[in-house]
Amino acid sequence: MTIQFNTETFRDDYSFRNSDWAIKRFPFPFHEDSYMYSVNMEQHRGGPDGSVYEKRFDVDEHYVSEMQDRAIVLADDPLRCQSLPHMTLAGWDTLELIMVSKSEDYPDLFELHRDGNRWRWINKPMGIDHTFTFLDETTLPCGPLEYITRQAQGDYAVLDQRGDMLYMDAGMVTTQADWSLDFDIGMDFFEWHAPVPLAHEMGIFKRALKFLLNIQQGAPARRLNWTMTVNPLLDTSPENYHKWGIQKTSLTPENVGAKQHLRVELQTFYRLPRSNALLFPIRCYLIAFQDLVSIPKWGRRLHRVVRDLPDELATYKGFIANRPLMLDYLGRHDDGLPTSPGVWPDLDSEPPLQTQNDARSR
Amino acid sequence: MSAAPQKARAGAEKIDVIVSAVVPLNELVTRFEFTRADDKAFPPFSAGAHTVVEMRDGDRLRLNPYSLMSDPADSSLYAISVRRDDAGRGGSLFMHRSVKVGDRMKISYPVNLFPLDLRGRKHVFLAGGIGITPFMAMIAHLERMGGAWELHYACRNEALGTYVDQLTSRYPNKVHVYFDDRNQAIALEDLLDGQPLGTHVYVCGPKGMIDWVHATAAAHGWPDENVHSEEFLAPQPGKPFEVRLCRSDITIQVGESESLLEAMERCGVDAPFLCRGGACGQCETDVIEADGTFVHRDHWLDDEDHTSGKKIMPCVSRFVGKSLVLDR
Repeated sequence: MTIQFNTETFRDDYSFRNSDWAIKRFPFPFHEDSYMYSVNMEQHRGGPDGSVYEKRFDVDEHYVSEMQDRAIVLADDPLRCQSLPHMTLAGWDTLELIMVSKSEDYPDLFELHRDGNRWRWINKPMGIDHTFTFLDETTLPCGPLEYITRQAQGDYAVLDQRGDMLYMDAGMVTTQADWSLDFDIGMDFFEWHAPVPLAHEMGIFKRALKFLLNIQQGAPARRLNWTMTVNPLLDTSPENYHKWGIQKTSLTPENVGAKQHLRVELQTFYRLPRSNALLFPIRCYLIAFQDLVSIPKWGRRLHRVVRDLPDELATYKGFIANRPLMLDYLGRHDDGLPTSPGVWPDLDSEPPLQTQNDARSR
Repeated sequence: MSAAPQKARAGAEKIDVIVSAVVPLNELVTRFEFTRADDKAFPPFSAGAHTVVEMRDGDRLRLNPYSLMSDPADSSLYAISVRRDDAGRGGSLFMHRSVKVGDRMKISYPVNLFPLDLRGRKHVFLAGGIGITPFMAMIAHLERMGGAWELHYACRNEALGTYVDQLTSRYPNKVHVYFDDRNQAIALEDLLDGQPLGTHVYVCGPKGMIDWVHATAAAHGWPDENVHSEEFLAPQPGKPFEVRLCRSDITIQVGESESLLEAMERCGVDAPFLCRGGACGQCETDVIEADGTFVHRDHWLDDEDHTSGKKIMPCVSRFVGKSLVLDR
């Protein structure tokens, strides 16, 4: 299919919008009417046609605008992309993986022509046609990690693996849910996860680390994570908290449907072949509550999840203060009917929202 | 999430290959080269990685790990070098006796349990015998990337010095060879003493050599993180024993010359594994009940786990006693 790329912003006037296509393929993260942490990993080997799980690196209607937003963030703060000296090879691994995947998965948008180490990369949506020498940094305008992740949606953490531990030794992080690469750079797996509540006590991170250390070449994995964001902001970084944190107080009963967004991360995990590092792409998808409730099953379920979430998690995810406002809105989209299992919209089989009139006439 | 649930298969992904060359190197060691059956390029691999080779030996499936020793930059072939072990369980004998050019085989995607520390300013390699193989790939990698290295290689004698000629002629100033039959030995203490800050040491060889290097380096104040080793354990034969697998709801017999993991696989149990040599931790299994003695041979579990009797690594460890029940 050909993708129509939106012209939109993730700041100032917030003109970001999801088309009907993007709404229906949104990676809704709740497979049942409640939520608790789990390692929830599965293999990343495709998914249903058209879903965000189908391709190795999903490209959607927000691609060009997201890349423009990333360029703005980097111009203000170059430390959003860092790579410790020993991670250059992992940067080349990342560049190769993304170029090969995108050119194979989206041949109408991306082309890669390889003649030995002489590579020609064509990125049609961004108007790039560049010939360079693989593994020779002097033939790129910047490091290989920065070069390719300026052309790929989502954040990228590149983790070095040494002695049964992972280290946050490189990354490109401009669309993050309130964490900082500049703060975490060089940290080990337990250090950078230290702020997460409850999960340590549950032994989640020990199990997750063990799983990640064993991710093998040719067998990538994925999981979803989620939080809440007021306004369709990609860059909810600690560095800019003074700019976006205050916006959380702008929510009113009138604007909550438009302003409040569910933010879902599709996290994938790849063993990089040359460096043996682990690539951790974190792709952010945003959806306004008013769009989400257009899928009746999702409206019902999100209300129940937000209502029943433990306070610690609502606090950690940054929406405890706005929860009553969110529940007032979501409650109007929950008629108490049961929901079908699994994450899919099930528009054909799930009944539309029953209004009070419907309920009376039955 | 379950967007598209797929059950993970045990072991790494497989590649269909054709044996493209069988090159005897000396009395004991033969190199096997593989090309892909689908004519595609092999995935790149990181130096130090191994592949698990599947051998169809009659109705028996053997799975042995071997270090990839070809140049990681050459995606047209993978190569391994196999030392014939006449007293072993038969995998290397099968490779030597039965594998011919043109044969189709399956090998796993590369798995690296012995990677270079890419922070290293210099890499010192210590090889004993067939332990040379991972260093062949590491040397090719560092030569390409301009990394500093030196190799100290102990062999039994000149005739069994696998790749000695190739290495000494290509890198005369970086390769140092020691022959046992000439009473030559690596002067490890002097060697460790003179290294610049940021040097990493890697050892691959017999267990005694690995222990010697770790102990000597520790005694000379080297941090553990800078001393790397790889030792693949071959499962050792032992007395047959019986195991109850409670999740699979079957009772199986482990034969004298098969491992517990192999016995599970033979009985159709899809048990997780990667290295099959007691190193990666993937096959770790909880013990529900045991009346007898464990013969732990892995170097994954710590001493506490070993004495607790609560865990076993079925790829290399065994059991002697009345009854054993595992959570598998």
